[in-house]
Amino acid sequence: MSWMERQRSFLDFTLSSMLRRKWKNISLLLVYTLMVFLISSVVFFTNGLRHEAETILQDAPEMIVQRTMAGRQALVPLGYTKKIKTIRGVRRVKPRLWGYYYHPAAQANFTIMSLDDYPHGEGTVEVGAGVLRTWGTIQGNDLYFRAFDGEAIDLRLVKTFTSPSELVTSDLILMSKGTFRRLTGIPEGFATDLAVTMRNTRESITIAEKVSLSLPDTRTILREEILRTYAALFDWRGGYTIVLLVGAFLAFFIFAWDKATGLNAEERSEIGILKGLGWDTSDILMIKFWEGIVVSLTAFFLGVLAAYIHTFLFSAPFFEHALKGWAVLYPAFQVQPSVDAYQLATLFSLTVLPYSFICLVPAWKVASSDPDMVMRQV
Amino acid sequence: MRKSTLYLLFITVNGVILAFLFLGYPILTEETHNNRITEEKKLVHALGITDLCLFTEARYTRHPTQTDLHSAFQDHPLALEHFPSGSLISPPHRYKEPGP
Repeated sequence: MSWMERQRSFLDFTLSSMLRRKWKNISLLLVYTLMVFLISSVVFFTNGLRHEAETILQDAPEMIVQRTMAGRQALVPLGYTKKIKTIRGVRRVKPRLWGYYYHPAAQANFTIMSLDDYPHGEGTVEVGAGVLRTWGTIQGNDLYFRAFDGEAIDLRLVKTFTSPSELVTSDLILMSKGTFRRLTGIPEGFATDLAVTMRNTRESITIAEKVSLSLPDTRTILREEILRTYAALFDWRGGYTIVLLVGAFLAFFIFAWDKATGLNAEERSEIGILKGLGWDTSDILMIKFWEGIVVSLTAFFLGVLAAYIHTFLFSAPFFEHALKGWAVLYPAFQVQPSVDAYQLATLFSLTVLPYSFICLVPAWKVASSDPDMVMRQV
Repeated sequence: MRKSTLYLLFITVNGVILAFLFLGYPILTEETHNNRITEEKKLVHALGITDLCLFTEARYTRHPTQTDLHSAFQDHPLALEHFPSGSLISPPHRYKEPGP
């Protein structure tokens, strides 16, 4: 009998043996698949988000200059712009006016932002798709705001950001500088922070040091730091991912440990009979190995398949609740499918291999005992 | 048909579907995603956006890269954190290593 035919016979025997205990094995498979699904979903989703952040935020401001006062962020006087422009290597300094608006009817925080060359004029707004979904009190095309001094302001909705850009615009309300100042009370001559463009981004650290020296009450945030923050946030070793993965891995190890601690009476008796019939210990280990492979490989395929569909085709609805927290606004977005071979190999080695080998330990213990003792359950 | 044949067939079909999803599906949807990303990059550049709109419940989770060291104490001196997403995200990277 060829090696291949021999292995297929072992597989036939293993499958028949497993079908005799089908409900136990089906429930085992379901739990296993669920764990592979959860771990794979977390890995796919966070990797997808990290890829999105790395790609999209490549065009974020090269350097942001914030002013701090008594340890808190404060408004920046526009006079700082001139001082920063005198630093060699600085090409442009653009004051940014942005902040948050809490809308009591929606019980949501929105990001409000103004633009130098806002094209739609005073008294109008351009909003993200998430704002329209959650605002709640839109009358016709008017959005009702309450200004910093309690005055009611109606702003006309002139445009909505397209739905596919929700990952950056979902909660955004864009308006002119005049409207922004009327709404928030930020006086003329001040901005929220400054966006600095440099001639050569390789000099960014030197320029940041010069800014901190010439304006000691400021702090700088470089684009590289923005990108690194997102890389760390969605890295599997920290932040969001680790919170979800730790639970899933613990569940997996408890499950695998439980399986490794022993065989039930029926399984022990089956091994004893096989030994009595003349099977070698290596043959018994081989069918147990195949049993581990059948369960873990099936769970791996089904779990990874379900995780891919959940993450990349249905936008990971199971994670929406975790990301949303107490917020009412959550962007509708679809992550670009990006899975690399390293991720798949890691998932495979973490889920399939340990279980397949762990199944051998109790079988080896029983198979190396006297068949008579095993059959008599001594 | 032998049980092993059925099982191997089942695994092969799964493998083919996975191979399509990993290799074929990204190519099929590439244009849609590239268009979206190009549009998002344009907006990020034009508006000076610094963060993704993922956690909207608090200002320091909405813009994690722009927060200050004291944002977790914003409500009162003992208020470490009370928003769920605050437990899911780590502090800005610049606080973890010395920099300008």
